[in-house]
Amino acid sequence: MSAPVPNQPDSRSGTAPVALAARGIRKRFGAVEVLKGLTIEAKTGDVISMIGASGSGKSTFLRCLNLLERPTAGEIDFAGETLRLVPGRDGDLEAADASQLRRLRSGVAMVFQQFNLWAHMTALENVIEAPIQVQGLARAEAISRAEHYLERVGVAHRKDAYPAFLSGGEQQRVAIARALAMEPKVMLFDEPTSALDPELVGEVLRVMRGLAEEGRTMIVVTHEMSFARDVSNRAVFLHQGLIEEDGQPADVFRHPKSPRLAAFLQNTRR
Amino acid sequence: MIDFSIIAETWPQFLKGLQVTLLLLVIACASGFVLSVPLAVARVSPRRWLSGPVWLFTYVLRGTPLLVQMFMVYHGLAQFEAFRESFAWVAFKNPWFCAWLVFTLNTTAYTTEIFAGALRATPSGELEAARSLGMTEGAIYRRILLPGALRRALPQYGNEVVLMMHATAIASTVTLVEVTRVARDIYYNHLSATESFGVAALIYFVLTFSLAGLFKLIERRYLRHLRPTAAGVA
Repeated sequence: MSAPVPNQPDSRSGTAPVALAARGIRKRFGAVEVLKGLTIEAKTGDVISMIGASGSGKSTFLRCLNLLERPTAGEIDFAGETLRLVPGRDGDLEAADASQLRRLRSGVAMVFQQFNLWAHMTALENVIEAPIQVQGLARAEAISRAEHYLERVGVAHRKDAYPAFLSGGEQQRVAIARALAMEPKVMLFDEPTSALDPELVGEVLRVMRGLAEEGRTMIVVTHEMSFARDVSNRAVFLHQGLIEEDGQPADVFRHPKSPRLAAFLQNTRR
Repeated sequence: MIDFSIIAETWPQFLKGLQVTLLLLVIACASGFVLSVPLAVARVSPRRWLSGPVWLFTYVLRGTPLLVQMFMVYHGLAQFEAFRESFAWVAFKNPWFCAWLVFTLNTTAYTTEIFAGALRATPSGELEAARSLGMTEGAIYRRILLPGALRRALPQYGNEVVLMMHATAIASTVTLVEVTRVARDIYYNHLSATESFGVAALIYFVLTFSLAGLFKLIERRYLRHLRPTAAGVA
């Protein structure tokens, strides 16, 4: 594997178009407000790591971006389009136009902590499903696309296996291939290595590092500090539902301004 | 002693009875399956106006004996003159129709609950993954929820089919000459239980094991995605 590439300033300059933006995201569960107005802008080519203690709201925030979690307030822009949101019956926002939401979701693929592969489908079937169903690809075309991405993440030889017969690392790589097969503009990773045995973490991180080096736009909620520090070009520290620090990883990790981030980094160092 | 001459003489009757039993089983299970899938989807719906009536239907049908349901439809409805003069009477005076209707409704009630339980047992992550990729609700049901749930329901559903097979004996009470009715007629003619009910029991026994074997094969095909558990557990 190649050494970590410093973030290329050309592809990740301030002039790149905004791929996904969320502004003023709030989320309330009953009396508890877990997100207190978060704003994030992912430009094309950005690799943003979101770090923070458990319960700081990182995952909830990430899940608000594709509306798996319905925010209580806020605004989401994707590819120059504002997602139309209206209050639902319980007060949280929902998409006013289901097809607009589906369009956003098909362009913002997500990788989950628990992989969430479809158990009754083989690895290959998992990867071709959404391109056929959502993008209307012909089966043959979907298969060749799927084989390409399964190859890319290094599990092509396991394409006919069912998820239950794959290791955690293989399952997560199939899940990444499933996301890639949508050829998304933005990829969301929700603690992709947290459910893995320690010896399997590396194979998934290597794949993610490769994707970052390809210039893909990624937002990654992670506890892997080395990934956040070495691979991403922006690190965002969340604390109690607010963005406490946001900047280049080198600054954020070496010179934390907030005492809470300093304490968090101290604790994550083993 | 078993009088084999009676068996030699009556086996063609049993063969005909077996045909009737199997036909009843097939038409009831086929219609029951077709009805149960959409009803199970309605049963797990968060919308009360959809799930409520299905809940009531399965609750009532599972709360009363099949024999009583059969008598109510076959004998009960005939009590009402208005009903006998109505158009529906053409169908309801036919025992085949009544047996089909009662068996179908009954197995539909049980099968709906089996499928609904399997739908509820869908790991929420599989749903979230489908939603996160932009699949429509219809596609999610067609491609993820139902295929997963029907597979999960297979062992229980196989059991329901076997129970339904045994329940076809109830059709003997509405003049249909299936295996049990054949046995009863032979018993009355020869007054020998072994050669009548004994043979019937043997037929049901063989049928049960054939069905169980058939479902074992189906499970091997459709549950092959499950990680094999310790040998012998099945």
